[in-house]
Amino acid sequence: MLNIKNLQAKVEDKQILKGIDLQVNAGEIHAIMGPNGSGKSSLASVLTGRENFEVTGGEVSFDGKNLLEMSPEDRAREGLFLAFQYPVEVPGVSNINFLRTALNEIRAYHNEPPMEAKEFLRLTKEKQKLVEFDARLTNRSLNEGFSGGEKKRNEIFQLAMLNPKLAILDETDSGLDIDALRVVSSGVNKLRSDKNAFIVITHYQRLLEYIVPDFVHVLYNGRIVKSGTKELALELEEKGYDWIKEPAATASV
Amino acid sequence: MITTTTLYDRFIDLYKENETSREEGWLKNLRDTAFEAFATEGFPHIKMEDWRFTNVTPFLKENYHLQPRRAASLHGRHNAAQIPSLDAYEVVLKNGMLNEDIAIPGVKISPLRTALQNSNFQHYLGKYIPIHKHPFAALNTAFFEHGIVIEVDKKAICDKPVHITHVYNAEEPVFVQPRILIIAHPGSKVEIVESLVVIGDKPLFINSVSECYIGENARADQYNLQIAPVNTHIVNFKQTIQQSNSLYNNHTYNLPEASLIRNNLHLDLNGVNTESHLYGLYLPGGTQLTDNHTVVNHLFPNCFSNELYKGVLRDSSRGVFSGRIYVHQDAQKTNAFQQNNNILFSDNATIDSKPQLEIFADDVKCSHGSTVGSLNKEALFYLRSRGIGEAAARNLLVRAFAFDVTDKIQIPAVKDYIEQVIIHKMEETHHEQ
Repeated sequence: MLNIKNLQAKVEDKQILKGIDLQVNAGEIHAIMGPNGSGKSSLASVLTGRENFEVTGGEVSFDGKNLLEMSPEDRAREGLFLAFQYPVEVPGVSNINFLRTALNEIRAYHNEPPMEAKEFLRLTKEKQKLVEFDARLTNRSLNEGFSGGEKKRNEIFQLAMLNPKLAILDETDSGLDIDALRVVSSGVNKLRSDKNAFIVITHYQRLLEYIVPDFVHVLYNGRIVKSGTKELALELEEKGYDWIKEPAATASV
Repeated sequence: MITTTTLYDRFIDLYKENETSREEGWLKNLRDTAFEAFATEGFPHIKMEDWRFTNVTPFLKENYHLQPRRAASLHGRHNAAQIPSLDAYEVVLKNGMLNEDIAIPGVKISPLRTALQNSNFQHYLGKYIPIHKHPFAALNTAFFEHGIVIEVDKKAICDKPVHITHVYNAEEPVFVQPRILIIAHPGSKVEIVESLVVIGDKPLFINSVSECYIGENARADQYNLQIAPVNTHIVNFKQTIQQSNSLYNNHTYNLPEASLIRNNLHLDLNGVNTESHLYGLYLPGGTQLTDNHTVVNHLFPNCFSNELYKGVLRDSSRGVFSGRIYVHQDAQKTNAFQQNNNILFSDNATIDSKPQLEIFADDVKCSHGSTVGSLNKEALFYLRSRGIGEAAARNLLVRAFAFDVTDKIQIPAVKDYIEQVIIHKMEETHHEQ
């Protein structure tokens, strides 16, 4: 589904990604871990097309198409979704209108007619229930005045509504209490299937107790320095990141 | 000869020429005083604090006709401005003129000329306008010929909005000075929507003055929809006087493409327990200049005023906002709020924002604020990352920004119309990029 080869990117003059290789297939969950500043969120930004990141090398194909040449909206329409680490508050745009606009723009891209109002309502209710999202929040302005947990739940609600092929969860666990963490991860577990895939970016192992990954990658200094299975996450939890940093630092000298 | 004479000189000469044909009595005195004020001050220039950001001189260079052509020249070619599905009492002014009285249950609308034969109006007309500080208002007072008087009877509730369409013939350059007087007697209620239709593409200078008297326990809502062709230059002075327990809502929309829109909105709170809301939205494009100067005078205790003006400035347009709240010594327990927010949509657009508070009472709650920014890039990316195209995302954000103001429009047809105009104008902007 997603094929990243030797991806390099910079922000202003700072090289952030220094050659990333990653393959994600349908049905898989990949966890990307690493210390602060290692490039985890930058990878998510580059994949979704955030403006200030400049790709300096490598390639990314998404279902055979060159992802890097697409606008952010076309990437979304092709089935890529980013659950933001810091969801943006957009006063004056109602959550539900925003979702309807997004859903119908994605449908239009695939030459499908806009969704019937009745069908949209049914879908909204179903997905609200699935991810335990408070119905009162759907009619409010997008994320405005939402608590941290509500914002993250809203990301998962949008994920459920838009039903992407590949979802990247960028530190969705940060700032979540244990209850919200359970709700968010059970939502993701209900949404996973053999047709879609997830990349879970996290600093801590605790989210991975709920969303069990097939693969764990450790990102450090703009490169994936170690890959393994879920046991790697446990090892990181136990030992911290220092043992990863040292050989990598030596290698780069 | 005419081309070398300034507009100022032409007005001075015109006033003297018409000396003999002018009305007698109170109206003559009013005009003479106003004329003296204009003759002394002349047209405003950028060295005057109130006109620092708005240079009108280039707009005064045209060789305007100073007397509007007869209404007949518009015969069969006028129509009320189209606001789809607006259910209103339609009043069409051709070059400022109304041909006959219009009677609506509880409301009398008369041509200014016939109405002013009633000397009762001397207690209203021009009574509160500070002509010595406002040369354009003085000029209008000295020269106005046409316009209307709207009188709402005591305790009358006007069941539908009154929609005034100003139709002007600009097939040759013309300088018009319409005058509107609105009197909402105690306990009455009226909504007034004003819009513009301009025929022809020659320069049109509209120097209008309107006065609105709101009696005790009365309510008046005014909507001023300023949409006109590029060669239209508008200077408008609006004076509102509120008596005790009255409510006033003003909604001002500066929309493309008139090259100059300068509004002065003066509000005198002349009684206790009044409530006033001033909402404004300006959306200039091209090289348009829109300037809103507002003054709110809190003269009595326990009054509430709230002002919210927002602007989205595109292309090489310029915006000016100057809001002054003046809380006089007797106006204890005043609540007065003012907010001005701007989005610069282009690197070439400019805004000058000047919020001012002057407080002479000691037990008041007042605030003011002003912001200038660009469209939130994070929000734009957020919407796009969900599959919403860039143009649609921008539109969504601009409408959201304007929403605080447009949401206050209480006539659904006017609200839909304004929202459609905003969408349409924003789409045009995108095509230009």
